[in-house]
Amino acid sequence: MKNIIDLAWLVPLFPLIGFLVNGLFRRQLTKPLTAIVGSGTVLASFVVSVLIFFAVKNGQTGTVTLFPFIQISDLSVPFAFQIDQLSSLFLLIITGVGFLIHVYSAAYMNSEEPPHYARYFSYLNLFVFSMLLLVMGANFVILFIGWEGVGLCSYLLIGYWFRNTEYNNAAKKAFIMNRIGDVAFLLAIFWMIHKLGTVTFATPDQTGVFDLVASKLTATDITGITLLLFIGATGKSAQIPLYTWLPDAMAGPTPVSALIHAATMVTAGIYMIARSNILYTLAPVTQGIIAIIGLATAILAATIALKQNDIKKVLAYSTVSQLGYMFLGLGVGAFTGAVFHVMTHAFFKALLFLGAGSVIHAMHHEQDIRRMGGLKRYLPVTHLTFLLACIAIAGIPPFSGFFSKDEILAAAYAKNPVYYWLGAATALLTAFYMFRLYATTFLGSFRGTEEQRHHLHESPALMTIPLIVLAILSVAGGWVGIPEVLMPDAHALEKFLAPIFAASSARTTPHAIPHSTEYLLMSITVVGAAIAIFVATARYRRKPELHEATGFGKILANKWYVDELYNFIIVRPLNWLSRFLANFIERDVIDWLVNGMGKAVQYTSRQVRLLQSGQVGSYVLLMVLSILILVAVQFFVKK
Amino acid sequence: MNIEHYIVLSVALFCIGIVGVLTRRNAIIIFMCIELMLNAANLLLVAFSKMHYAAAAGQPATAGIDGQLFVFFIMVVAAAEVSVGLAIIVMMYRNVHSVDVNFLNRLKH
Repeated sequence: MKNIIDLAWLVPLFPLIGFLVNGLFRRQLTKPLTAIVGSGTVLASFVVSVLIFFAVKNGQTGTVTLFPFIQISDLSVPFAFQIDQLSSLFLLIITGVGFLIHVYSAAYMNSEEPPHYARYFSYLNLFVFSMLLLVMGANFVILFIGWEGVGLCSYLLIGYWFRNTEYNNAAKKAFIMNRIGDVAFLLAIFWMIHKLGTVTFATPDQTGVFDLVASKLTATDITGITLLLFIGATGKSAQIPLYTWLPDAMAGPTPVSALIHAATMVTAGIYMIARSNILYTLAPVTQGIIAIIGLATAILAATIALKQNDIKKVLAYSTVSQLGYMFLGLGVGAFTGAVFHVMTHAFFKALLFLGAGSVIHAMHHEQDIRRMGGLKRYLPVTHLTFLLACIAIAGIPPFSGFFSKDEILAAAYAKNPVYYWLGAATALLTAFYMFRLYATTFLGSFRGTEEQRHHLHESPALMTIPLIVLAILSVAGGWVGIPEVLMPDAHALEKFLAPIFAASSARTTPHAIPHSTEYLLMSITVVGAAIAIFVATARYRRKPELHEATGFGKILANKWYVDELYNFIIVRPLNWLSRFLANFIERDVIDWLVNGMGKAVQYTSRQVRLLQSGQVGSYVLLMVLSILILVAVQFFVKK
Repeated sequence: MNIEHYIVLSVALFCIGIVGVLTRRNAIIIFMCIELMLNAANLLLVAFSKMHYAAAAGQPATAGIDGQLFVFFIMVVAAAEVSVGLAIIVMMYRNVHSVDVNFLNRLKH
């Protein structure tokens, strides 16, 4: 094989085939066959991705142009894939974690009827296809196609159990909120086309947006474009103000939450901003906004997670919070740190969701942690892997979460110590709510019904093996990014990604913080997290919160009433406006106009009809008079 | 003889025809008035044709006869029309015993 990069088109092709086969033959295929097609295609993609990754690691990068996609005068948008360090890393995460989740789904969804089982797998394959398109696209338009594709699959999968109205509403909410962000994204693309005439990312053989940005765009343009792109990212990656769809998205099957709403789709915004890092480096205003919004989201979501009692809701808010972290990293210029956190977060959050799925499976679709407890004894594998993931997300060394979180926090400190302190507080909250969840679910005594206790069982191997693989990754995944201070020259990821962020790092002077300070920062977060873990575990293993929260806790349990606020300031005025348009504009103006037109014609017809008297004499008289008038007109008004 | 005489005569005939159609109610008289108007036009055609021929000395012999030929056609068509029209009037008289046009003012039943 002369060049493995040229085979990049195979990566998205396999899941597309899987989607078509499972989608078209869903009534013919048996369930095992469906699962094999669904997971096998993703596995094939994963194999190709691994080959590509190692080719990239050896220095092969490039674009694969398949065919011209849009050609309008000067604008040319090819259907091309860009294979470089960033996309190959994302390919590995998406196909690797994606494959594990497909395998897990095969067992988790086993109680579904065959056509629905195949429908589920076809959606999942379509999602992987779209996500691959998103990260492989060599220009903003292909990226946008993938962007919309994952939004669609997210909608389809949240509403997978479409007979439940509430789930459908959650799906619609996710779709509409994403659409708000997508409009901004689209505007940013139009802006780039208008100003630059191209949407291609920079490649060695083609000048693209990132080459022209410094020379052709004014500061206003760059700020506008970056802000619009960021609004797109807030929709997809669930940031303030568009984050409320993600917790509701937990209506979908649990593996879907793991794949789409934790590991891959919601990180699309971070991928997009990391990809356009040069734009953001040149727009410090936007960077500041991103950092603040990211931090605010991280804190807000972490406080909400403290009081949630639905196992998936806690994880959902945790995801929102961690995404906020990643945006903080992007905002302070730690692009590598943000991508690093995407990677480690994909491992441990997918593991947490799959572990939650295993618990829900064992408890017969019970999601309320107040009715769990003491599951450690019944689900040993799930318990152990869940615990490892909790430690990883809490940021205890040497688990993966520690390294990525530390990198972001160190960069935040270098930018502004306030960012660091707020970020560290969030890390503390994270450790606390994760171990509240862990202790309430797995420790203490069982609080479910006798029937549930009777049915408690460890999940089948198809579900536990992905858990174990992800647990290993959650523990060891951080070792590719050990900070300089702990081990010189050990940050493999930073070196690997350096070409992507080269243009940005050339324009920024890194704020080196002294090693002693860095040790101090690290120990503050680690000790804080350790104390939070201890307190949470000690408190909730003995006395879990079984009653409805009161006082301030009630505000948190009700998610700061943000949904109610949106309802009040957006949904209700919109409803009122719609009612006004329907009842007044529609009925009293438009209908009046249309009916009035008809009535006017009828009225005039009735009047004019009287001329047709049947009197031959009057007809002739009118004829003669008309001719006389015509003659007169011809005679006097001529010319 | 000047063309004006012909014009004045034919306009007079035409006006008599119009006034007759407008004022009379007897179908046969209206019919006669229509014929009068038709023939006023015929007269004008013949007159113009004749004058044109006289003015165009040295032209081929057929130069001025177009209008006169036209008149023959009109007469033939008018004859056909008269036969149809009179037939209608006869049928009308048979049905309602009157030839008053105002009597049949509705084409409805």
